[in-house]
Parts: sequence; structure tokens; C-alpha cells
Amino acid sequence: MKNKNKQSNIYRFFISPSRGDSPFKRMAIHLTLIIACAIAVYPVLRIISVSLRPGDRLLSTSLAIIPKDASLYSYYRIIFEKPFLLWLWNSLAITVTTAFIGLILASTSAYAFSRWKFPGRVPGLFFLLTTQMIPAAMLVVPIYILAVRFQLINSYRGLALAYSVSSVPFSIWILKGYYDTIPRELEEAAKIDGASQMGTFFRIILPLSTPALAIVFLFNFMMAWNDWIMARIMLQRENMFTWPLGIWTLAGQFRVEWGAFTAASILVAVPVMALFLYSSKWLISGLTLGSVKG
Amino acid sequence: MEALTAEVVVNTIKELGSMVLYIILGTIILEILVYLVLGKIFKSKYTLPYMLMIAAIFGIAMLVIYPIGYEVRLAFTNMSLRHFRSYTLSWAQGLKNFGLIFSEPVLKQIRFFPLLFRTLLWTAVNLVFHLAGGLGLAILLNRQMRGRGFYRALLVFPWAVPQIIAVLAWKGEFHYEYGFINVMLKSIGMQPIQWMISPFWNFAAACITNIWLGIPFMMIIILGGLQSIPLEFYDAAEIDGASRWQQFRNITLPLLKPVLTPAVVLGIIWTFNNFNVPYMINANELETTDILVTALFRSAFEYHRYGFSAAFAIIIFIVLFIIASVYIRITHGLKGAYE
Repeated sequence: MKNKNKQSNIYRFFISPSRGDSPFKRMAIHLTLIIACAIAVYPVLRIISVSLRPGDRLLSTSLAIIPKDASLYSYYRIIFEKPFLLWLWNSLAITVTTAFIGLILASTSAYAFSRWKFPGRVPGLFFLLTTQMIPAAMLVVPIYILAVRFQLINSYRGLALAYSVSSVPFSIWILKGYYDTIPRELEEAAKIDGASQMGTFFRIILPLSTPALAIVFLFNFMMAWNDWIMARIMLQRENMFTWPLGIWTLAGQFRVEWGAFTAASILVAVPVMALFLYSSKWLISGLTLGSVKG
Repeated sequence: MEALTAEVVVNTIKELGSMVLYIILGTIILEILVYLVLGKIFKSKYTLPYMLMIAAIFGIAMLVIYPIGYEVRLAFTNMSLRHFRSYTLSWAQGLKNFGLIFSEPVLKQIRFFPLLFRTLLWTAVNLVFHLAGGLGLAILLNRQMRGRGFYRALLVFPWAVPQIIAVLAWKGEFHYEYGFINVMLKSIGMQPIQWMISPFWNFAAACITNIWLGIPFMMIIILGGLQSIPLEFYDAAEIDGASRWQQFRNITLPLLKPVLTPAVVLGIIWTFNNFNVPYMINANELETTDILVTALFRSAFEYHRYGFSAAFAIIIFIVLFIIASVYIRITHGLKGAYE
């Protein structure tokens, strides 16, 4: 009896009632989605699998996800025998600083773009959009030479400066879109009660925009956190590396340290992915806020 | 090996903290200047918005506009590793740089136009697969069924993994002997593929990686668009006897356009400018996998021809600008985005 019940549950899972589709079609849809999920997830599972392999069998043609004699040796090595924690700290310090600078610059400028029709507004918005098309590889050449001239190579300062405004144009667009949706009546009411223009900005607009500010902070953070190319040219000493550079050297050209690379990847990716999946709904709405408005 | 010590932490905070202090100091000076000049001398009614923006304007001017201006200047020099301090700046040198892009190989062998063609091919192939895959999966997910949230969560995985990690992991999986693709090919009795050596397969490997990375973004954006289409439209069409394909063509696609257009613009720009995937998958420095931006990076940082690569960068930007403007013009994609 119990067995039969279980079977029907499985049956119901795969062939649930929906808008007039035939059971065969529903099966086909689930099958396609399962295959797509497998393709999406398998390469990630492989990273976990390799990171768990014992040191002498890192290279193997086995396709098993959990290797037979799984060990955490690679994790031990990456934490205690490589400057991995130092790389993470470098990344974290630079990224948090620049994300805050970017957020402050963007939140005030977006308010100006949203509430005043000052001369140069439309060309300004167009210019901000154009900067999004500049390839990172294009900016990297002059920034490298200027950094050499101003002796900013191999310093936290140089990299932080290079990152600080790079996501400001995009942030301004998103925040402007969000501020536009806040009714002006709220500000007018506050003004009647005697608040100044800046008072309404700090006491009404900013608190109401918390979700958008969070999205912009996250965007700024992710941009700098995941960047490789700017760090590559600005940092040359291994103890200054950010984590993308460090991981890249582990998976280097000639001698790939598979265990260390995969273990480091998992340690970096798990918190990032958790944060990302947790906030993905906001991220999407944030992406479309600035460009598409009903 | 250097470790993370308290001393390192203190040094970092000192360096970054002093930078932030300088920025705050500079901002205060700028604000006072704007207030005095615009507010007191010109009595402008726009003093406050300009005060709100001045820090961002100054930052963008110093860190985006100034470097680009510097790059234009570089394009008219012969700066290279040998002539790093003693370079010459002249119109003739500039013309020579721009001429060299079209007349000589940009790297060792590859010339500009094959490179441009490959970049367009790269952009087209990736975008077509991103759109087809994203649209297909979004349509499959846009219905009531069991496990929908579960599928969605798994399908966005490629987007959630930090890109560098995903690309380097894929690079490992294209290993001739130990990569899972070749292991699977061998187990079904097929010849393994020389992913890293064959020019065609290396380019294909870069495409596969980037397609894998890009589908979730399109899927999520399109799914959001699909969910905003009222179901009544389809019911009405069904009553009028429209087939599934007709419904798709006449309801779904037109109503998706406001969501799709900005996504495609972003997609074109991101794919065209994608550096990490073609650069990292290409472990053997095959010039046959390079697209414009990776060739630009190599000409600057492997061949150290700074003046030449500055000119090259300007040409690339012009190409991209033309493509994006044509697309926006055709689709009127950003109409109303300014207001």
C-alpha cells in the first residue's frame, strides 16, 4: 500500500495538472529541463569533485562526483600553505572601499538627474550610457601608463581608485530610475513641514530607496570583486594579489595546481553564490528598473 | 610565502583610509568652490544639483575622461617598452599607427579584418545561442508545474559562479586526457578532440564556455517579460483559432520587445567586449582564438606597443559604437529611457 502511494507521488511530481498539456508533452518538458539543469550544474559539481580528491590522484579520468577516498587535503593546503587568505583580504579591503565610494557618488548624482532639468542633463545621461561601451581592455592601456607615471603600481590605492568610478555610470542609471518612481508629493509635503531640499533627500528619498541602494552596492561590489584584467596590470607582487589573480596563477599556463585551484574556487564561490541566489530576485528588478519603465 | 598578519591588515587600512580622507577633503573643497562660483557669483538656480554631482563629475573626469584623452594622445606617439620615456609625439606618428592597424598584422600573423570578422562571428554565435537557449528555457519554465523553483535555481548556477572560476574550470575540462568532455566522448567510442591545439576547436571551446555562461541571464530577463504578458491575450487568440506558432509570433514576441531590446544591447556590448573567456580558454596563445579586445590586450602587454595599441583601442571603440547605434536606431530601443 505504502509503496503504491509513493509511486503515485512520483507520478504526480512529473505529470502534474497544468494548462491542458498532454502527459507526454509534460514528460518531455521535464526531461528537457532536467537535461538543461544537468548541463548547468555538472561543471560546478566537477570543481567540488576535484577539490575532494586526495593529493596523488588529482588527475583522473573518473567522472564520479564524490571521489572514492575523499579528502580535505586540498583545502588544508590552500588555507595554510598558500597566501590565499591574504588574497581574500586584499580583495575584500579594496572592494568594500570602492563599493562605498561608488555608492555615495552615484546616490547623490542620481538625485540631481532625477529631480532637476539642469543644462546638460540629457547629454550627461547619454554620456553615462556611452561609457558602458568602453571595453575594459581599452581603459587598461592608459591607466597602466598613468599608474606607472604616478607610482601607483602595486598599491591598494591605485587599484581602488581605478575601480571607484567604473560602476558609477551604471549605478546612476539604476538609481535615477528608482528615484523617478518615488512620488514628488512626499517631498513637497516634507517641504511644507519646513524640511530643506537636502533634508528631504536624506530623510525621505534615501530611506525609501534602501532596496535600490542595496542592489547598487551589490553591483559595485561584484564588479570589483570579480575583476581580473585591471588587477592583472596594476598588481605584480604576489602578496598584493586579489583572489582572481591568485586563482588564475594557480590554474596557470604550464603547471596547474588542480587541488589548490579547485579548493580555492569553492571557498570563494560558495559565499558569492549564496549571496547571489539569495538576492537574485532584486538583482533582476534592479537591472530592468533603469531601462524599462511601465 | 606571505601570510595574512595583523601588520598587513593595519597597513591596508592605513593606506585605504588615508585615501578616503583625501577624497573627503577634496570633495569638501569642490563643494565650496561650486557653491561660491555658481551660487554666489552666477546666482544659478541649479547650484544644488551641480553640488550633488560635482564629486562624481570630478571622479569620472579624472578616471575615465582623462585616461581616454591620454589614450588619444598616446595613439599619436611611438611609445613602447624601448621608448617608454623618450617617445615622440607627432601627427605623422599617429597616421602611421592608424595605418599600421590595417596594413600590417596586428599581432604576429593575424590582421585586423579577419580579427574583426571573427569578433562579429563570436558575437553573433553567442548571442543567437543565448537568445535561443534563454527563450526556450523561459518558455518551458513559464507554466504551472512541479519543481519550477527548483529548476530555476539550478539553471541560474552558471550566472552565479564567479566568472573567472567558471572559465578556468572549463579550461581544465577541455584537457585532452582528463577533461570530462573528452572522457565522455571516449566512453561512447568517439575520437577525443584536441581542444587546446586545434584552432577551430579552441574557438569552439571558447564559444561553448561563453554560451554556458550567458544563457541564464537571458532566461531570467525573458522569464520576467513573459510573466508580465496577461494570459487573457492567449485565451482570446485561442478563441479566434490562432495556432501556437501564431500566438508566439503575434503576442509573445512583440510584447517581449521592451524587455528584449535592452537585454540584447547589453548582450552585444558584453559579448563583443568579453575578455576573460577567449583570453583564458586560449592557453596556447593561438592567434586564431583572439577577438579584438584580447588582441588589444596582447598588443599592449605582450608586445608592449603602447602607442600602436592606443590607436587600435580607438578603432575598436568606433566599431562597437557604430554597431550599437545601428541596433538602437533600428529598434528604437531606448526611446523614452531619458524621461
